[in-house]
Amino acid sequence: MSNNTVLSRFSKMQWLSLTQEKIVFLLAVVLFVTFSLTLNGFASVDNLLGLLYNVSVLGVLGLAMALVVIGRGIDLSLIATMAISVAWSLTLIRGGLSVEMALLYGMLLAVGIGVLNGWLIAYAEIPALFCTLAMGTLVYGFGRIALIPADVIYMPADPGWFGALGQGEVFGIPAPVIVFVLFALAATLVLRYTRFGRYTYYMGDNYHAARITGVPTRPMLVTQYGVVALIGFVAGLVTAASVDSMNTRIVNSTMIYDVILVVVLGGIGLSGGKGGVRNVVVGTMLIGILLNGMTIMNIEYTVQNFIKGAILLAALIFDSLINPRDEQTAQQGDI
Amino acid sequence: MSVQETLTRWRNKYIPDHVVGEILSKNWIDNMVPFLALVVTIVVFGQVIPDFYSLSSMSDTTRQLGEFMFIVMAMMIVMVGGGIDLSVGSNYALGNFVALYLMNLVGLPVGVAMPLVVVACALVGLLNGILIGYLGLRAFITTLVTLIIVRALVDMLLLQYAVDISMAMPESMIWEYIGIGSPMGIPFSFLLAVALVIVVHLFLSRTRPGWHIMAIGGSRKSAYNVGIPVRRMVCISYVISGALCGVAGALFAARLNSAGSDTGIGLEIMALTAAVVGGNSLGGGRGSATKALMGAVIVLLITNGLVRLGFQSGAAPLALGIILLAAIAIDVRWLKNRYKLLAKVYVSPAYLALPPCPATDPGADSPYAQNDKLRDVRLIGLGEVEGPEDVIFDRDGHLYTGTRFGDIVRFRAPDYDTPEIFAHTGGHPLGLAFDREGNLLVCVAGMGLYLITPDAEIRKMTDETNRTPWSIIDDSRLKLADDLDVAPDGRVFFSEATIRYGMSNWAYDALESRGNGRIICYDPATNRTRTVLRNLIFPNGICMAHDGQSFFFAETWACRISRYWFAGDKAGTVENVIDNLPGYPDNINRASDGSYWLALVGMRTPSMDLALKMPGFRRRMARRISPQELIFPNINTGCVLKFDEAGKVLDTLWDLSGENHPMITSMREHKGYLYLGGLLNNRIGKYKLDDADPEWTGVASYWGGAK
Repeated sequence: MSNNTVLSRFSKMQWLSLTQEKIVFLLAVVLFVTFSLTLNGFASVDNLLGLLYNVSVLGVLGLAMALVVIGRGIDLSLIATMAISVAWSLTLIRGGLSVEMALLYGMLLAVGIGVLNGWLIAYAEIPALFCTLAMGTLVYGFGRIALIPADVIYMPADPGWFGALGQGEVFGIPAPVIVFVLFALAATLVLRYTRFGRYTYYMGDNYHAARITGVPTRPMLVTQYGVVALIGFVAGLVTAASVDSMNTRIVNSTMIYDVILVVVLGGIGLSGGKGGVRNVVVGTMLIGILLNGMTIMNIEYTVQNFIKGAILLAALIFDSLINPRDEQTAQQGDI
Repeated sequence: MSVQETLTRWRNKYIPDHVVGEILSKNWIDNMVPFLALVVTIVVFGQVIPDFYSLSSMSDTTRQLGEFMFIVMAMMIVMVGGGIDLSVGSNYALGNFVALYLMNLVGLPVGVAMPLVVVACALVGLLNGILIGYLGLRAFITTLVTLIIVRALVDMLLLQYAVDISMAMPESMIWEYIGIGSPMGIPFSFLLAVALVIVVHLFLSRTRPGWHIMAIGGSRKSAYNVGIPVRRMVCISYVISGALCGVAGALFAARLNSAGSDTGIGLEIMALTAAVVGGNSLGGGRGSATKALMGAVIVLLITNGLVRLGFQSGAAPLALGIILLAAIAIDVRWLKNRYKLLAKVYVSPAYLALPPCPATDPGADSPYAQNDKLRDVRLIGLGEVEGPEDVIFDRDGHLYTGTRFGDIVRFRAPDYDTPEIFAHTGGHPLGLAFDREGNLLVCVAGMGLYLITPDAEIRKMTDETNRTPWSIIDDSRLKLADDLDVAPDGRVFFSEATIRYGMSNWAYDALESRGNGRIICYDPATNRTRTVLRNLIFPNGICMAHDGQSFFFAETWACRISRYWFAGDKAGTVENVIDNLPGYPDNINRASDGSYWLALVGMRTPSMDLALKMPGFRRRMARRISPQELIFPNINTGCVLKFDEAGKVLDTLWDLSGENHPMITSMREHKGYLYLGGLLNNRIGKYKLDDADPEWTGVASYWGGAK
C-alpha cells in the first residue's frame, strides 16, 4: 500500500511525469552511450546500420502486434503465420510459379489465417490469447504437413524484384529499414487519423462500451487480425529476402516473445487502449541496442534469452506497479 | 374426458420431462462432453490401430500418462484459481535436470534428492506466485516470461553438465524402481498419478484451501470481499503447480535418464489442451481432478495415436491446435448458454384437473358465498411489519410474527401497539408454533426448521432430511420449509412447499402445479428428520387435529385439504377432507369450538383452472415470455373459512373491498378474536368473533394449563 501512495505522489509531481516510454527511451540512450564508450566497434556507422537492419523486421512485427494489443488483443500466431505463408510462397516459386502469383497465394493464406483468428475471437468468442496460441500450433502443423517439404525453404536462384526487399539499398539505407519506416508512418496515420484507428483505441479502452455505442466490434476484430497477418507476411518477405531463406523453426523459438517484448517494453499496456507507434519505435530501439551490444560482447544465445526474459519481467513488474490491480474493478477471467 | 385430454394426462404422467431440467442443473453434467470425447477417442484409436491397447503398448502409454497427469494437474490447479501456468514445460525440464544432477553427479540418495527437486521447482512456482498473486501481474504473460527464463536457465545448465550427466549412472534400486518398476504389472508412475488424482480431488472438494482456490476462480472479487486471502491463495496455487512439475520431472529423469535439451518443449500447450478438453474453464471456477484426468487421457491417446499411425512431424501440433480451439469454443459457448438452456427447460408444467369450482357469488346457496365481514378489521402494526406470513401467541398472550427482513417481531399484550424485534433469523420466517416448553418453532424459508427459546436464543433444529432414492436433484436440503405443527409427543411435522424452487421463485411452482412438495417429521428426542409424505402439490398449512393422532394439511395448487394419521389405528393413512375449495388454501389453525380455521390466499380463476389442464400451453409460456407475464394464480382476494373434521364448511369471512386487509395467508384465534396474517401485507388484522369462547387460547388448547 505504501508503495502505491508513494507512486501516486510521484505522479502528482508534474515536473517528473515519468512514463514508461520516457524511461525506456532514457535507458536506451544510456545503454547506447555506455556501449559506445565501452564496446569496440559499437559506434561505427556500419554497426549502427547493421543494428537498424537487424531490428527492422522486429520493429515491423512489433507494429503489427501493437495494432491488436491496443485493441486489447494479442496475436501469438504471428510468427507461425509469417513463417508458413512465406515459406509456402517460396515453395511455390521454386515449384515454377511466377513470383507475383506465388506471393499473392502466400498473402491470401496469411490474411486467411488472420481473418480466421479474428472470426474465432469475435464470433466464437474465444479469448484472443488462447485462440492465437492454438492457431500458431495449428498453422505450423498444417504448413509442415501440407504446404512445405522441409523445415528450411531457400530463396530461388533468381527471386527478381523481391530479393531487393532484403538486400537493396536506397541512399545507403538498407531496404528493411525503409520498410520499417514506411510501416511506422502508415501505422501512425491510420491510428491517429482514421476511423479504424480510433475504433481500435475505443475497443481497447472498453470493449463493451464500444460495442454498445455502435462500434462494429466484430468486423473490427476480423479486420485487425487480418491486417496483422498481412503485415506479418510482409515482414516475412523482408526476412526471407535478407537471409535468403525462410526457416520455419523460428516458430518454436522465442521470437514471438521478442515481439511482445518490443510492444510491452515501449509502454503499450497489455490491457489495451493506450500507446502508439512511438512506443514501438522506442521499444525496438532498446531491444536493438541491447541485442547488438550482447552480440558484440559475445554473450551466448541462451544467456541472451535469459537476459531478455529478465528485462521483460522487469517491464511487466514496473507496469503493474504504476497500474496496480484493484480487486474491486479487476475483470474476472482476465488472465 | 376427451381422448386428447386423456393422452395429455398420460403423457405427463409417464414422461418425466422435469428430469431433463434437473439433469441439466447438476454440476456433473459438465463432464458429459469430455466423457463422450474420451469414449470416442478410445474407440476410434482402438479400431484404427491394431493392438493399440495391447499390454506392452498400454504399459508405455500409462507410464507417460503418469508424468503427464502431474503436469496437467499442475495446470488445472492454477486454472481453477483463475490463472494459467505456461511455465510447466520449462519447470518440468528444470525438474528433470535437477533430478539428474543430484542423482548422477552429486550422488544423493533418492530420499534426499526427490524432495530437493520438488523444492527447486516449487521455487519457480513461488516466483510465479509472488509476481501474479502479490504483484498482480497478468498470469498468461508472466508465466510466458518465466517459461523463457527457466528454459534459458536449463539450457545454460545443460551446456555445462549434460555430458557429465550422461556419463554417470546412479546406483540406486529405488531410483530404478521409480523409473521402470511395475508393482503388479502397473507402472509405478501411473500408480503415483492415480494417488495424485485422489489427493487433488480431496484437496479441491474437501479442504479449506481447496475451496478458497475454487472460490477465487469462481469470483475473485467476491472471494476478496468475504475475506479470503486472495493474494496468498493465488500464490499458493502456483507453488503447488511448481511442486507437481518437479515430481513429473523427477519421474521423467528416473525413466529415461536423459539430459536432452528438448525435454518438455511444447508441453505447456499439451497440458493446456488437456485441461481445457477435460472441461476445466479458462478463467477459473470450474474444474476438477476428474476433468484433468479425462483431458490428459484424451490428449495423450491422440498424440500417441498419431505417432503410431505414422504421421509427419506436423500432425501432432495440427491436431492439438484444432482440439484446443474446438474445446475452448465449446467451453465458452457452453458456459454462456447453459443457464439460458436451463432456464428454458427447467420449468416443466404438469397436468392437473381440478374439480369444478363451487359458487362464491354473494347470496349464492353455497357455504362460500361472499360477505363483507372482514371490512372493518382492526389493524395492528400497519407499516411496521413486512410480510407477516403467520401470527401466533405465547402463554402470556404476546403476539409474534415473522417479517421478510428475517426478524421475529413481538407485539406485547394486551395492546399490541409497538413492535419489538424479538429475534433475527436471517431467512424469511413463515410458519410459527409453540412447543410444550414454550419455545417458538419457526419454519424459515431457505434455511430450515429453527427453535427460538423464550430468551430469544436461536437454535437450528434441522435443515436436511433423508434424500429421496433416485431423485436427481439433491432434495436432502430444505429449500422452502413452510408451515409446521407440534404433535403431543413433541414431534414436529412441517411442510416443504416445493423441492424444485426457492422462496423467490414460488410462482414457477404454481405454473408447474406438480407434486413437488412434501411433509417432513423432525423428532427432537432422536434428532432425526424423516420425510413422511412425498409428491404433494405445494403443501402449505399444517394443523394438529384435536385428537392428537392426526393432522390436517393443505395442498395449495390442488385446492384441497387432507388429513394424515401418524398414530392410532389409522396410522400412516391419508384421507381427503375437502377436495374442491374455491381458492388456494394456506395455513390451517384450531378454532375454539373444536373446528378449524383455514385461510384461502387467493381464489381460483377459470383461466388458471383451464391452463392447469394444458401443460403444453404453460410450457410454451414458460419458455417464451418473461416471468412477469406468466399466468399466475390470483392472490389478490381471499377469505377465511371454518371447517369441521368431516370437511363441512361452517362459516366464511370475506373482505370484498380488499383494501383494509388485502391478503390472508394465516389466522390465529386468541381470546375471542381472530388475528390475520398475510405474506405480502404490511399489517396484521384483528377481527372480533362474536360467538367464540373469550378465554380460549391456542397454547392452552395444545398444551393445557391455565388461561
